[in-house]
Amino acid sequence: MTGDYLVTYLQAVEDDDAIFRALADPTRRHLLDQLFRRDGRTLTELEQDLEMTRFGVMKHLKVLEDAGLVTTRKAGREKLHFLNPVPIRLVHDRWIDKFTERRVSALADLKHSLEDESEETT
Amino acid sequence: MSAAPTQVYRVWIKATPEQVWVAVTAPEWTDRYGYGGLPEYGDLTPGTEYVINPSESMVAMGVEGPIIDGEILEADPPKRLVQTWRMLMDDGLRAEGFTRLSYDIEPQEGGVTRLTVTHDCTHAPGNAAMIAGEGEESGAGGGWAWVLSDLKSLLETGTALRGTA
Repeated sequence: MTGDYLVTYLQAVEDDDAIFRALADPTRRHLLDQLFRRDGRTLTELEQDLEMTRFGVMKHLKVLEDAGLVTTRKAGREKLHFLNPVPIRLVHDRWIDKFTERRVSALADLKHSLEDESEETT
Repeated sequence: MSAAPTQVYRVWIKATPEQVWVAVTAPEWTDRYGYGGLPEYGDLTPGTEYVINPSESMVAMGVEGPIIDGEILEADPPKRLVQTWRMLMDDGLRAEGFTRLSYDIEPQEGGVTRLTVTHDCTHAPGNAAMIAGEGEESGAGGGWAWVLSDLKSLLETGTALRGTA
């Protein structure tokens, strides 16, 4: 049982590594932003506002696809790229929630203590 | 962002294709993650009209009658399920009519299964926004990203994110 848990944990960490590596590059974040604005785009559409060779854009899309952040699907002769938000959701659920909860409560505490002080001074 | 008409969601789950198939088709599983709900898919023959009935907690909140209906278009266990899909819980969404939903289940290396959900909401912008999770802040749930994260948690850990399993 402990062994199983460890395997699942390591699997999860490896997945996260690929996602964080994929997100660590500005061109790849730009590609994700483009798909967020309008999903289901062709390579030709995606490369338009990037000063980069078609091959360069393809390499970045491959990294995003390997990390599970982009999925592709054939529509006739075209290959369309879709943003897959599920891995980001999983990272969010596993990591971010944990930290933001604490930060939010710290901010709430700060607000309370500041309000207490202002009450004292007025 | 206005939600795209066709959306594709993908998740890798440490489970067999058969387990994933059961988790997306059998009511004792579908009711344990995401929005919940109890599908009546019959024998899944193409052409079968199906409904998804509300979960116990939805009934307790006053939901009456099926929450989703549609028709089975294609079923190839444990690989592929294609269906039409109409949300009935809201008059506006219901009026947008039938959307098209596909599940593709593919085995990967290392005991991992890849599940891809493709939801075509062409001419159904309200449904497209809902499945994209745009109503999450107002309590409409996080759409497919949320449902699939929850499904992954349930199959891998035995507990769904909402902790009711």
